[in-house]
Amino acid sequence: MSRNGGEGMSTSELIGADPGWLILVKGVLIFVICVVATLLSIWAERRIVARMQVRIGPNRVGKFGLLQSLADGVKLALKEDLIPKAADRIVFVIAPIISATTCFMAFAVIPMTGKVSLFGHSTAMQLTDLPVGVLYVLAIASVGVYGIVLAGWSSGSTYPLLGGLRSSAQVISYEVAMGLSLVAVFIYAGSMSTSSIVEAQNKWWFGVVLFPSFIIYVISMVGETNCAPFDLAEAEGELVGGFHTEYSSLKFALFFLAEYVNMVVVSSLATTLFLGGYHALPGLGFTETWLGGWFTMVWFFAKVILFFFLFVWLRGTLPRLRYDQFMQFGWKVLIPVSLIWIMIVSTLRVMSQQGAPRFVIIAFTFGVLLLVFAGTSLFERAKEQRKKEDKESLKAFPAPSFPVPLLTPQLSIGTEEIND
Amino acid sequence: MTDDFSIEKAVQQSTQIPEQSPASFFTQLKGFWLTFATMFKKVETIPYPEVKPPVAERFHGRHQLNRYEDGLEKCIGCELCAWACPADAILVEAGDNTPDAQFSPGERYGKVYQINYLRCIFCGLCIEACPTRALTMTNEYELADDNRNKLIFDKEDLLAPLRAGMLQPPHPMYPGTTDTSYYKGEVTGTHPSQEVKAPDA
Repeated sequence: MSRNGGEGMSTSELIGADPGWLILVKGVLIFVICVVATLLSIWAERRIVARMQVRIGPNRVGKFGLLQSLADGVKLALKEDLIPKAADRIVFVIAPIISATTCFMAFAVIPMTGKVSLFGHSTAMQLTDLPVGVLYVLAIASVGVYGIVLAGWSSGSTYPLLGGLRSSAQVISYEVAMGLSLVAVFIYAGSMSTSSIVEAQNKWWFGVVLFPSFIIYVISMVGETNCAPFDLAEAEGELVGGFHTEYSSLKFALFFLAEYVNMVVVSSLATTLFLGGYHALPGLGFTETWLGGWFTMVWFFAKVILFFFLFVWLRGTLPRLRYDQFMQFGWKVLIPVSLIWIMIVSTLRVMSQQGAPRFVIIAFTFGVLLLVFAGTSLFERAKEQRKKEDKESLKAFPAPSFPVPLLTPQLSIGTEEIND
Repeated sequence: MTDDFSIEKAVQQSTQIPEQSPASFFTQLKGFWLTFATMFKKVETIPYPEVKPPVAERFHGRHQLNRYEDGLEKCIGCELCAWACPADAILVEAGDNTPDAQFSPGERYGKVYQINYLRCIFCGLCIEACPTRALTMTNEYELADDNRNKLIFDKEDLLAPLRAGMLQPPHPMYPGTTDTSYYKGEVTGTHPSQEVKAPDA
C-alpha cells in the first residue's frame, strides 16, 4: 500500500493502511474530542436552557463560565465516594465503567472528515471502518444500557432499581424503532458501513430522501439517550435521581460523562446517516478541499451541534412524558409507522432497480398516499364513534331515587379506557 | 330538596364536558417557538454583587440611631423599642445626662444600645414605638457575617454618622433651649460658641 494513498481508494482501504501508531493517535484524538465535547456541551446546555428560561446560566468560572463543567468535575472527583451497605460492591463499581467506556467505543466508526493528511499519512478521521459499522454502534449502545441497568440493580435501593428497569425498557423499545428507521438507510445506501453511507449521500442527503426515517430516528435517539422529554430513567420528580441516586464522586461523574458522550454519539450518528456526514451543505462542495480536507470536520461538527441544540431545545420546551404514554408512543406509533415506511421504501427501491416504468412508480406512490389518507380518516371516524358511545354510556347512569351531591363524571383523557 | 332538581338533567349537564382533543400539530409547535424566541429576550437575572439595584424606598434594612442637627443623640433610653420588639432583639440601658456629659437633650440617654440581628425580624415595630424618631431603618441589607458576636450591633454601629455642622456628643444643649425645643425641631444647628470649641476646626 502506498504511503500517500491512491485517488480511487475507498475510505476503508485508506484507514486499513494506517500504521499502528496512527491508530493510537486517532484513538487518543477521539477520546479528547469526546471529553472536550462533553465539557463544552454541558456548559452550552446549561447556558442555552438558562436563556430559554430568561436566566443567564453559569458565567462565573472562566470566561463566560466556560470552565464551569471542569470545576464541577474537579469537585466531583474530590468528593467522598460512598458505597451503600446494601449494594453489590463489584457490580456497583463496574456499572459506571461499562457506561463510560461503551459510549466512547461507539465513536470509533464515525467518519469525521473525508480524506486528510495526518502527520504525512493520507487517511481519514475515523478510527476504524467496519462493514457493519452502524450495527456495531447499535450493539455498543445496547451494551451501554447494561451500565445503567446494573447500576440500578446493584445499588440495593428502590429508586435506582426502578430507574434502571425503566431505562432498560425504554432503550429496548426505542432501539427497535431506531433500528427500523436505519433499515431504510441501509436499503438506499446498499451498505452498513458508515463511510459508504456518507459517500452514498454525495448528491442527496438521506434526511431529505428518507424524511420519515429521519424523524423516527431523531425521536428514538432522544429516547435512547435518556434525554428530556424521555428522561424517565432519572426522572428527578419521581425517582430522585433514578439509576444514579446512590452514586457519588467519580462514579457519578462517569455516568454524567457517559450521558453527554452518548448525546454526542447519537448526534454524530444522525449526522452521518441522514445529514451527509462530513459533506458540505449542497452548493458549498468547494469548501471540502479547504485546509487539505480538514474543513470537512467543521461541517461535521456544525451538524452535530445542530442536533445537540435540538436536544437542548427539547429539554427547554417539553415536559417529561408519563411512562405509559412513552411506551405507547414507542410501540404503537413509531414502530408501526417505521414498518410501513420500510415496506414502501423497499418496494420503491426494488421497482427502480428492476427498471419498472416511471408511471408504475408514480401510481404506486399515489396508491400508498391514498391508502394512508383512507386509513387516517377511518381511524378518525372510529375515534368519533367511540367518543359518542362514551357519552351515551355516561348518560345511561341510573338515576338514584335519593338526592346525591352533583359530581361531574370525569372522562379520563384517554377516553377509550371507559368501559360500558 | 326543591322540585326542579332532577338527576337526569344534572347528569346531562355534567356530561357536556368540553372537548379535550390534543392540540393541533401547529399549536404544539408554538411551544417550540416560545422557547426559541425567549433565548433572545433580555434576561431577568441581576448580577447581584456587581449590580445592586435600589430596594424599595421603605425597605426594612439595618437600623439607625439618629441625631439632632447639632449632633446630640435623639435616643432618650426609654426602652419602648425593646418592649415593642416581638423577637426580643433590642437591649437598651439608659443613663443619666449630666451637665458635664450631655449626650441627648433632656434627662436621660441610651447608654447601652444593642440590636441582635440574629433575632431581629425587621418588622419595624420598634420604629413605630420610638417617641423621638431616634430609631429608624436604613435600606442597607447586607448584614451577613461569619460570627454570631459580630451580628450584635452596638450603639457605635447603629449611630448615624455626624453630618457637617454636627458636633460629637457629649456637649451641652443649645443655649436657652429645652428638650421640647429640640423635639419641635427648633434647633437647626450647633451654637456658634460650640462650633468654635470644635477641635481641629
